Amino acid sequence: MSGAFRLAGRGCIDTTRPVVFRFDGRMVRGYAGDTVASALLAEGRHLMGRSFKYHRPRGPVSAGSDEPNALIGVGEGGRYTPNLRATQVEIHDGMVAVSQNRAPSLRFDIGALNTLAAPLLPAGFYYKTFMWPRRFWDKVYEPLIRRAAGLGRAPTAPDPDHYALHYAHCDVLVVGGGPAGLAAALAAGQVGARVILCDENAEFGGSLLADTYSLIDGLACGEWVARIVAELERLPNVQLLTRCSAFHYGPHNMVALNQRLSDHLATPPADMPRERIWQVRACEVVLAAGALERALVFEGNDRPGIMLASAARAYLHRYGVACGRKAVVVTADDAAYRVALDLAEAGVKIAAIADLRPTPGGPLVEAARARGIEVLPATTIQRAHGHLRVTGAELAPVGADGTVGKGWRVSCDLVLMSGGFTPSLHLHSQARGALRFDDALGVYLPGESIERVRSAGSCRGVFALDDVLRDGVAAGLAAAGGEIGPAWTVMRQDAPGTGGFAGALPRRGPGHLALAFVDFQNDVTAKDVKLAVREGFRSIEHVKRYTTTGMATDQGKGSNVNALAIVSNVLGRRPEEIGLTTYRPPYTPVTFGAFAGHARGDQFDPLRLPPMDAWARAQGAVFEDVGPWRRARYFPRAGEDMAVAVARECRAVRAVAGIFDASTLGKIEVAGPDAAEFMNRFYVNAWTKLGVGKCRYGLVCRDSGFVYDDGVVGRIAADRFHVTTTTGGAAGVLNMMEDYLQTEWPDLDVWLTSITEQWAVIALQGPRARDILAPLVDGLDISAGAMPHMTLREGTIGGVPMRLFRVSFTGELGYEINVPSSQAQAVWDRVWEAGAAFGVTPYGTEAMHVLRAEKGYLIVGQETDGTMTPGDVGCSWAVSKVKPDFIGKRALALPALNAPDRLQMVGVLTEDPRLVLEEGMQLVPAADSPVPTSAEGHVTSSYFSPALDRSIAIAMVKGGRARMGTSLYAPSLDGSAVKVMLVDPVFYDPEGARLNG
Amino acid sequence: MLLIDCPYCGPRAEIEFAYGGEAHIARPAADVSEAEWSAFLYLRDNTKGVLAERWRHSHGCGRFFNALRDTRTDQFHAFYEIGMPRPDVRDAV
Ligand SMILES: [Zn+2]
Repeated sequence: MSGAFRLAGRGCIDTTRPVVFRFDGRMVRGYAGDTVASALLAEGRHLMGRSFKYHRPRGPVSAGSDEPNALIGVGEGGRYTPNLRATQVEIHDGMVAVSQNRAPSLRFDIGALNTLAAPLLPAGFYYKTFMWPRRFWDKVYEPLIRRAAGLGRAPTAPDPDHYALHYAHCDVLVVGGGPAGLAAALAAGQVGARVILCDENAEFGGSLLADTYSLIDGLACGEWVARIVAELERLPNVQLLTRCSAFHYGPHNMVALNQRLSDHLATPPADMPRERIWQVRACEVVLAAGALERALVFEGNDRPGIMLASAARAYLHRYGVACGRKAVVVTADDAAYRVALDLAEAGVKIAAIADLRPTPGGPLVEAARARGIEVLPATTIQRAHGHLRVTGAELAPVGADGTVGKGWRVSCDLVLMSGGFTPSLHLHSQARGALRFDDALGVYLPGESIERVRSAGSCRGVFALDDVLRDGVAAGLAAAGGEIGPAWTVMRQDAPGTGGFAGALPRRGPGHLALAFVDFQNDVTAKDVKLAVREGFRSIEHVKRYTTTGMATDQGKGSNVNALAIVSNVLGRRPEEIGLTTYRPPYTPVTFGAFAGHARGDQFDPLRLPPMDAWARAQGAVFEDVGPWRRARYFPRAGEDMAVAVARECRAVRAVAGIFDASTLGKIEVAGPDAAEFMNRFYVNAWTKLGVGKCRYGLVCRDSGFVYDDGVVGRIAADRFHVTTTTGGAAGVLNMMEDYLQTEWPDLDVWLTSITEQWAVIALQGPRARDILAPLVDGLDISAGAMPHMTLREGTIGGVPMRLFRVSFTGELGYEINVPSSQAQAVWDRVWEAGAAFGVTPYGTEAMHVLRAEKGYLIVGQETDGTMTPGDVGCSWAVSKVKPDFIGKRALALPALNAPDRLQMVGVLTEDPRLVLEEGMQLVPAADSPVPTSAEGHVTSSYFSPALDRSIAIAMVKGGRARMGTSLYAPSLDGSAVKVMLVDPVFYDPEGARLNG
Repeated sequence: MLLIDCPYCGPRAEIEFAYGGEAHIARPAADVSEAEWSAFLYLRDNTKGVLAERWRHSHGCGRFFNALRDTRTDQFHAFYEIGMPRPDVRDAV
């Protein structure tokens, strides 16, 4: 047997399968079935970590997921995971684990000097100590705190594993596989319900795994668990999930589970996900979450070697480990007596049982006395001695009035504490279940919930094993709608304990309790909690935030009830008058990898590719993301940077022609007998008089009067419009159209169809566009007379169906060739070949932006920000004056939307024609405007214009249209300011001669 | 994640739906006063209790419909078609 504290013949570990792993670089031997904590304890080692704030040496308090102290980092490189509970991490060969928050070593830690500074780090120290002087915060306090405080470090390499997400439905979800959960799952499964049973541990059994006393149907607890699990496995309608924590209870019985699949395996299959999130929608939920033993709050209660009594029992019976040689038991509950008896039977010396109760009695107490264990009634613990390991306990008598007499020291290497058991209410509370305080038990129990949920077993205060099993069966049957369930005879069991204690233990004299910890993980002491109340915090939620008690990764599992009792005592009010803090998900920490699931890298977001994406890549285009689209930004030639390439593309469009993939434009077909009326009501423009074959620039406002989207609309037929939207606005415009059509105007007979993906758009823009296109369109007459600006024709291009729009977003003669996406590349190739003789040039989104800015065309979302009216952006001409109503009409008449000092779109020119302003720059009245000063406006678009051979910009300026010809200043962060002139925003060809050519 | 019972498709997960804000806000005619129009745009009840609200089954049938939901508990009390009157559901909790 490896490990001096390993006991032969005990525990559920497999001693035929030794396992070797590393902890802080040192080889540790354990067995299959061990956790990191049990393997280290088998070597007699309790010290496993340093605390968050004071770097106090810490060892495990528990044997499960409620562990606050023994947090370790596990794995290497990208597989490193910090802050795992050593009490849950299963060992395997080759595993590498490290302790955290210590420097240079766990045994000698210079950060532990923080303990000496404890008086300087009282409750709320974040809020008061470091607030002043201000300049000290960035330079001194914050780096100091960041270095000194904290948990594990984040991994530095990308996570090489993959994580899965699974949706599931069931009739009954049972959370927790202890006696109540097993009974509930079997009862529900046997009547045919689809059942999912999950448990956070590696095996089912819960408290029964550490119970060698009780007998069920003549079977030891472990044998009974194996029998029930085997019965459940035989039921095809039952799904069993171990290593699977229910961490979130959402509305409508949606429960999230986190299943750990591969971390316990030395060589997991390559295709196995590391973890899986289950999103379970359950008709009914049975919570069998169990109860957690409470720590006692006394001076030095955090020394390694001080742990919950039930934990020592679990280490003994599950792992065959004695947690010490000589133990002092301090309790207010009967259950710790069974622990003392089990340990004594295993050869651990029980120095004394100090019982806080004045007259403990009953079979367990008698059994302890009969065994020769010294039982000390009305006795408390004053403090623990020792540093890296507890060396003794100072016990003292406590009177009925709470006064404490003179104490004496008992040497020991283990202190076991039990303040009684707190039902786990986390999931019940997340299910918006009410809580009620039970005076007899001194704890909160689950009350009514609005969800289809019920609790069973000790999580609702039912503690005796036979009652627990009956409760589980009843809950399973009720959830599944069954009547007859399994029954077992419990032939031997301990009576449920009475008593219990919460809060700080009584002390002799004016003890300050500075190192009596309430929340181990966040280093919150009883003194901190009392101080918070004295400083005026009354709400338990405020005390929580001020002291940070219950805010660590263990979510206050072990600390909340003690904190509540301390507040209750100081205020002299009953606990139920104070209430509990809100239980928040997750119940136990969940890795980012599990939450991300497959949504990483290329899978993070869907990528939309326009039809000519492959062509653009072959041309060496540089791309940019535009919403979900990846679009070609520019097409550099050898040696060109972006500025040079974009300038060349712009010049080519203005001199010859450019070709551009505009397929990302949103496109909606509006059809039906009432299509024109719908358009009239939806757009600010008038549509009745727009003839078939004609196009119009359309502007959409919200009913608030603010510009929402824009785009060219073509009339295909009397009852059919081809609407285009901005690239980013397509989905929103269609949703808004559906909203008004379905909810405001159900009288209109109109159909709306998204055609964005169906119609690809090839923009051909430039003075030679017609010459290139004319021979390709199968006889369609596109001469200037036959097809003027803002018209559309249906036809074919090389036999491919086509909607040809003569429109321009460049200011040049231009066409937008709409063809079915599936044939777009072929059409593009034909246009490209035909244009080669002319020198047609592909251009990207950057040149498109420059060309439109030269013409003063706005981009919704760049010039506008959701508070601009059509008038603000110079589009009053588009707003119908005669329509009785349209979206935004009433609002556009509000005085505030017509105020003369509204931001208005203007052009901006710098004195230095080479200087390109930053987009987003504020514009102020004077070069030396005081700081702070109110801005007169801001720059929305700014480029170098090849056509003008100078910089240009567009800005939104208060009352801007009336201020053209005046100047403002654009200040930089370095304090300098650039003088700018406000001008008309149409910089190029203001007469429009080119686009009408 | 809520479970939403689309009147046209049946119960589906919330991820298929888009929220549409408070229901039964009638869009006034264009000749109402400034105060009435501003109230239509911006004033909402911020109900604590049973709220009539709009949903759209945007990743399903695309239809808008109304629901009664208790904002304290997220429990739904009714789903009904646009244009139907609000069902008479008292604050249950
Ligand atoms: Zn639907």
